[in-house]
Amino acid sequence: MIRGHHPTPRMMEPIMASRPRTLYEKIWDAHTVETRDDGTAIIYIDRHLVHEVTSPQAFEALRVAGRPVRRPELTLAVPDHNLPTTARVDAAGKAVPIADPESAAQLAALEVNAPAFGIRYIPATAREQGIVHVVGPEQGFSLPGTTIVCGDSHTACHGGLGALAFGIGTSEVEHVLATQTLLLQQSKPMEVRVEGDLGPGVSAKDLILHIIGQIGAAGGSGYVIEYRGRVFEQMTVEERLTVCNMSIEAGARAGLIAPDDVTFAYLKGRPMAPQGAEWEAAVAYWRTLHSDDGAIFAKSVVIDAAAIEPSVTWGTSPEDVVAIGGRVPSPADFADESKRVAVQKSLDYMGLTPGTAMTDVPIENVFIGSCTNSRIEDLRAAAAVLKGRHKADNVRWAIVVPGSGLVKAQAEDEGLDKVFIEAGFEWREPGCSACLGMNPDKVPPGERCASTSNRNFVGRQGPGARTHLVSPAMAAAAAVTGRLTDARELA
Amino acid sequence: MQPLTRVEGRAIPLGLKNVDTDIIIPAKWLKTISREGLGAGAFEALRAEPGNVIDDPAYAGANVLIAGDNFGCGSSREHAAWALGDLGLRVVIAPSFSDIFSGNAVKNGILPVVLPQDAVDRLLEVAREGQPITVDLESQTVTTPYQDRFTFTIDPFRRECLLGGLDEIGLTLARAEAIGTFETARTAAQPWLMRGTGA
Ligand code: SF4
Repeated sequence: MIRGHHPTPRMMEPIMASRPRTLYEKIWDAHTVETRDDGTAIIYIDRHLVHEVTSPQAFEALRVAGRPVRRPELTLAVPDHNLPTTARVDAAGKAVPIADPESAAQLAALEVNAPAFGIRYIPATAREQGIVHVVGPEQGFSLPGTTIVCGDSHTACHGGLGALAFGIGTSEVEHVLATQTLLLQQSKPMEVRVEGDLGPGVSAKDLILHIIGQIGAAGGSGYVIEYRGRVFEQMTVEERLTVCNMSIEAGARAGLIAPDDVTFAYLKGRPMAPQGAEWEAAVAYWRTLHSDDGAIFAKSVVIDAAAIEPSVTWGTSPEDVVAIGGRVPSPADFADESKRVAVQKSLDYMGLTPGTAMTDVPIENVFIGSCTNSRIEDLRAAAAVLKGRHKADNVRWAIVVPGSGLVKAQAEDEGLDKVFIEAGFEWREPGCSACLGMNPDKVPPGERCASTSNRNFVGRQGPGARTHLVSPAMAAAAAVTGRLTDARELA
Repeated sequence: MQPLTRVEGRAIPLGLKNVDTDIIIPAKWLKTISREGLGAGAFEALRAEPGNVIDDPAYAGANVLIAGDNFGCGSSREHAAWALGDLGLRVVIAPSFSDIFSGNAVKNGILPVVLPQDAVDRLLEVAREGQPITVDLESQTVTTPYQDRFTFTIDPFRRECLLGGLDEIGLTLARAEAIGTFETARTAAQPWLMRGTGA
């Protein structure tokens, strides 16, 4: 039943005249321990990120079964989802207790489980703490060509470094802890090729929102997307992470951008990245990680970059995207009957009337944060719009949640915190915060939020909350005018 | 895991597209450190609407759920599968599923059945009449009292796990030697890959 592979990992085989492979196929092959006749493969997992919400049941099951963690050094644990973003230590330097007893118990469980199983744990009070998907690349834990998993669907984020990264459920978290592998079926490779260049003031977030609007929330289902084209080569690593992060919103298991000199420069010297001679060997290997000429993608989508405007969502699915200069659509605009029904439901929930200009939609809340847009460049982009300005009176709540303590410290060094505070924003401690409304940071029922996060689902930012997904610059612009706004007008 | 061979019973005709995991189980229910009791929070916002299908007595005791395209999209939270299981559901029928959700479902003894939209529409009709639906994993068929018969395909490994109620971790641990060989080879060739947090 089991077909054994040659024990040497594929990446060490001489380059053969084999068929051209996509980047996804190369990483898959290099991690295949063995493949069963039915096509299910045992895939080796190089890096595992663990947070407090999707891990307690996995640790408990290991404990009950008496199973140890196979390779504790390949897992990194950080609390983020459920952690309050208010001060973590008091004036005397003591840790502030968490008010909600269930949240406190869940956070305490991770704090106990990680060391009990020999796993490195970054506590809430450490400077290195942050959202798992910000911390992984920042620490050099996430590396090109590796397989990276986490009990969180936005793990796709790390694909921005050229890693095969994807979200898993709690049973799979347990599987990885116990075996350092997963049982997987290979996905199909898909190419999203972007031609030309983005216009001035059009960001990586605008691009990925536009792509999801084009291919749909299920358009990548069953696929791993590789983003290709000059646009991505010219992007910083931060921008690539933003793009790959939202692959899951197009239904794809993962998103990938081939690693290059920009990636290597970003990783060099990071605490958990290889050093010295190993660094040189790693870079030499990473240079082989690109889709070969002639590699075949099962699906290919071509996008014209020049046609993209700053994007915003109007509905309750990330595919409900329109350019900021556009209008709220009408159900009648859609050919498919079930989509018409869904659009009507979305409009009812969002409290929007077809034909309304997007720039006439008022905003009461602004959230700048989440693993999509909480890195230093995101904060710089928002601060550039806010400098010397103040939020509008109808904006009740405006909040910046840096992706990690290191991002926060860097932003403070650059004086960005002052720009935000002077503009009327709250400057918080790192975590997921209002991205998923699990901790106390929530958008009130019926109110709108211009949010740099990744999901506009019903109730995502709090029961009844109405989310408009935007880029950091657009969120800042909405704060200033009190309505959805083309950030280019405030440039 | 509880094995699953054949499920017969009423079906809840949900029908909606893009039912995301935030709809199935909202974030406030994720603070639990247990797998139990999540049925109470399942479809919370939907169930706040009077006359919703989930609490409709006509579908009381249902063990099948029928939904639209892209069921279970969004977050990887396995709480969604636990919540459905806690409601007593063993089968979800839809034209398509999110990859992560269908994996989570199978690991919790819930069968995701993919059928074309017209078959799903027909089953929605049958369910709305309160008629039972039979799902047979051995023969990979869905049948109704009206002689409807739809066949579905499923990944053979998932089928085997569901039929046998197999523990995937146990299966993989049985291959520990192959995993060890793989690790030894890569530790020799690319030691930095195996350092992780110990770099
Ligand atoms: S910031 Fe939001 S999307 Fe990212 S890991 Fe946290 S909850 Fe998930």
